[in-house]
Amino acid sequence: MSALLAVVVDGVIYASWLFMIAVGLTLIYGVMKILNIAHGSLYALGAYGAASLAGYWLSQGYAPFGSYAALLAAAALVGLIIGPLIERGLLRFMYGRDEIILLLVTYAVFLILEDAIKLIWGVDPYIISEPYGLLGIVEFANLVYPTYSFMLIVVSLAVGVLLAWVLHRTRHGKLLAAVIHDREVSQAMGVNVRRYYLATFTAGAILAALGGALTAPTVSVVPGMGVEVIVLAFAVVVIGGLGSLPGAALGALIVGLLRAAAVHYAPALELFSIYLVMALVLAFRPQGLFAGEQVRTI
Amino acid sequence: MSKKLIVPVALSLAAIAASAQAQEAPPFKIGVVTFLSGAPAGPFGVPARNGAELVAEALNDGAMPAPYATKGFGGRPIELVFIDEAGGTTKQVSEYRNLVQRQNVDAVVGYISSGDCLAIAPVAEEMRKLTVFFDCGTPRIFEDASYKYVFRTGATGTMDSVAAAMYVKEIKPNATKIAGINQNYAWGHDSWNDFEAAIKALMPSVQIVTSQMPKFLAGQYGAEISALLTSGAEVVHSSFWGGDMEALVLQGAPRGLFSKSTVVLTTGETALPKLNTRVPEGTVIGARGPYGPFAPDNAINQWLVKSYEDRYNVRPTYPAYKMTQAILGIKAAYEKAQAANGGKTPNQDQIIASFEHLEFEGPGGTVRMALGKGHQAVLGTAYGTVKHENGQAVVTNVRYYPAEKVNPPEGVKSEDWVKTALK
Amino acid sequence: MKKDRTPSLLLATLVALLILGLVLPEWRFLGTLAIGKGLTVLGLLLLLRTGLVSFGQGLYYCLGAYAAGTLGQFWGTTDALLLLVVAGLAAGLAAAILGILLAAYRGIFFSMLSLALSMILYGLLVKSAALGSTDGFNLPAPTLFGLPLVSHDSRYPLFVLACVLGVAAALAMHYYFRTPLGRLSPAIRDNEIRVEYLGASVRAAVHVKYVIAGILAGVGGALTGMTVGHIDPEMAYWTTSGEFVFVAILSGTGSVAAPFLGSFIFELVRTFAYEYSPNSWQLALGTAMLLIIVFLPAGLWSLVQRRRA
Repeated sequence: MSALLAVVVDGVIYASWLFMIAVGLTLIYGVMKILNIAHGSLYALGAYGAASLAGYWLSQGYAPFGSYAALLAAAALVGLIIGPLIERGLLRFMYGRDEIILLLVTYAVFLILEDAIKLIWGVDPYIISEPYGLLGIVEFANLVYPTYSFMLIVVSLAVGVLLAWVLHRTRHGKLLAAVIHDREVSQAMGVNVRRYYLATFTAGAILAALGGALTAPTVSVVPGMGVEVIVLAFAVVVIGGLGSLPGAALGALIVGLLRAAAVHYAPALELFSIYLVMALVLAFRPQGLFAGEQVRTI
Repeated sequence: MSKKLIVPVALSLAAIAASAQAQEAPPFKIGVVTFLSGAPAGPFGVPARNGAELVAEALNDGAMPAPYATKGFGGRPIELVFIDEAGGTTKQVSEYRNLVQRQNVDAVVGYISSGDCLAIAPVAEEMRKLTVFFDCGTPRIFEDASYKYVFRTGATGTMDSVAAAMYVKEIKPNATKIAGINQNYAWGHDSWNDFEAAIKALMPSVQIVTSQMPKFLAGQYGAEISALLTSGAEVVHSSFWGGDMEALVLQGAPRGLFSKSTVVLTTGETALPKLNTRVPEGTVIGARGPYGPFAPDNAINQWLVKSYEDRYNVRPTYPAYKMTQAILGIKAAYEKAQAANGGKTPNQDQIIASFEHLEFEGPGGTVRMALGKGHQAVLGTAYGTVKHENGQAVVTNVRYYPAEKVNPPEGVKSEDWVKTALK
Repeated sequence: MKKDRTPSLLLATLVALLILGLVLPEWRFLGTLAIGKGLTVLGLLLLLRTGLVSFGQGLYYCLGAYAAGTLGQFWGTTDALLLLVVAGLAAGLAAAILGILLAAYRGIFFSMLSLALSMILYGLLVKSAALGSTDGFNLPAPTLFGLPLVSHDSRYPLFVLACVLGVAAALAMHYYFRTPLGRLSPAIRDNEIRVEYLGASVRAAVHVKYVIAGILAGVGGALTGMTVGHIDPEMAYWTTSGEFVFVAILSGTGSVAAPFLGSFIFELVRTFAYEYSPNSWQLALGTAMLLIIVFLPAGLWSLVQRRRA
């Protein structure tokens, strides 16, 4: 019984982490139709930034609970600086070109950022584990979890709800829907599409960095941590449907639970679980679980 | 070449050769291949590179303690060229060829990844260039084939797993439930298979309650830690390294993984400088040989610790030891060949002949090239338990295992030896 | 109608390459490698002209290499032609089967499904201890009718084989594009529905092209395996497939010779990046990529085409 409970709890915790790392990617794709490979380096930058900022905060002897604010601030800073840099400095010259070209551009940016990170922070690991342990642990039914993991679930729920609210209830969100549907017509109607693209990319960058910043206390921040995340985020986004927010949530949940079940009952299968689900979803419902049918023009 | 030029060119070459004999021979160029980017860079590649730089400088200054006090290699200065081991085996084979053909190195030292070692060995034979593997762990190199130009101055990964099993038997002889968490790739598979076979041979009543194999570089081990905790394991074996190992410690310690069971980290020594007291007491640590805290107090070790700390402000970890060992091994072989050659510069075949079955001193003690027809080194190894003293993580309860106990004899494959010969 | 100068140009290139290989022995390895990868990219060129971007050519590249490898390592076969044929057949068979599923997909879904399938092969190979898992295994030195192609003294015979193979494949593809099925490629890319109206089966055409691309990748993988002497599952990883796509876009789809040129230049840039900036080669590579994408949108081949025009 406790194994089943562990599967559910582990699954949900992992799903919330997956959602955090995938939501930025699906947002940018949904609006701009760009599959942003640099997403992985933004995640890594968020983690490194958080390690530096929170590390500085704690080394100065300030209140330990302030380190959480430092994590969030680092994510915001990284997103607000690097996001516009990439979008204004590079991507906006490429709109209108093939999707594949944009993907390769983001891949080139990813390579550049990986080395930039190495040149700034070096290859040694950064440990910023205090925020992880600060909230203590939660014990129930013979299982032990750090409270931090549950906080992560709350944060990812909050992010999801916030995004949904912005997209469906605010004016900007509705204009964004128009931009997604037809960029040219929206522009003709007077919507400042450039500004929406910039805002979306920056938001996606902040979300990626937030994923990294919140992960930093649970791991040692090392070079290459962004590479693994790209494929995972990718798989989640594909399963849920590219550009779909509830899809990303559902995709994360399915992958999280399946992986947890594999770990507890059939560890040998764990490696396959995510690609198998991805292939199955693509085979039977290629647009993903949530996205609508694709309409092709003749 | 036109006939008119042949004689003057030949004469000039002869003159140059003669004067070269009279002066110092050109520097001995070593191509050093180790990870300078990616996940293995921090824990392994960069300490190895640092070690190489320190050794080269000290040798060229004549600042190494005896028996390595002569400058360079027998008076000849050594020069290092660094290549990043990242990028995959195809790339590494390409770069190896460049080192030999374009950069004209006299020897290549390096390779942490077993896949790279396996790929490079036949290329070294094809290109007839002295190549010394300093770290990779797979026993397959000299068990599957014989090589003339390839040497390995570090012991194989089998030694780590077998010694870990022996240490577990010594400190927890009554344990019955064993679990493992290893990375899902060749290193993790081999380490776990060796450990499982060894522990079953040494403690036949044990039961493997779970073997977790998360994806290499996964970084998030919440579910795996839950599985380990619910399995009731008393001993958990892990060959995790680098960021994965650190993540396991950071995520597992608050949840009681390290208090409910004894966790054995076979490459744990590399984490001690950074994680320090975050590694809980009672954790079993290995250094893949007699390195770091397990190193003997000889002059070379003292030199390494002092110069590394002076320059890098941190204690040297085992990759630095193993790289030092490799370069000193070549020096020992070179100078032995030089002596046998009457003091003249030895050629590569002579160096190779001297290197075979050589015994030389390193920062970890005596290294004997005893397996693989004289090309594969054997050393003993050690394991210890972490204790916190004055805010530092130190190792206590150290047990040493001599080379013969933890390495197979010549001609016997490691996987067969582990299953049958350990009792 | 313009005279078709491509075949004579390709043959002239073959002669030039053979001569260059004789006088520049240090470049034979890189050249053979570039041709092996270039073959895979040639297959991608076919798919690109049909409007499909496959992010999973690594699957066939790896499969071909492992087919040749298992034959060589476990059965002792070293004849290069036999190994190449087996590799091509194995990859072609796999492409025929998987193509049944994939031929129905387009756009980004095609790309992603191909990626997922290649990652499944990767997972299977990692799990296989008999095949060495992530360490892979070595291939014995290839021979041709008993004569060694690779030895300490010379890699020239293997280089010759590679050049002949590359030019033959390029010629074959050149003529393929002139057949009715070949001419359908750009039509499918532009507007599939109209092609259906014209009476051709788009799905069947795509399936055939996918199999051709698979065969090319399989042969390319076997050639690479033979020249490097070692194969491992990394060949099926998504970054390998991504590298092929990158080289394909970089070379441009202008000519059947473009993949080989692009492949060679990519290997060259990477080697120089490693040599001159071992601590920041990713930065150098990424920057080079960006410059080419920004300033040469039609790929490197457009440089050649401009000069010709």
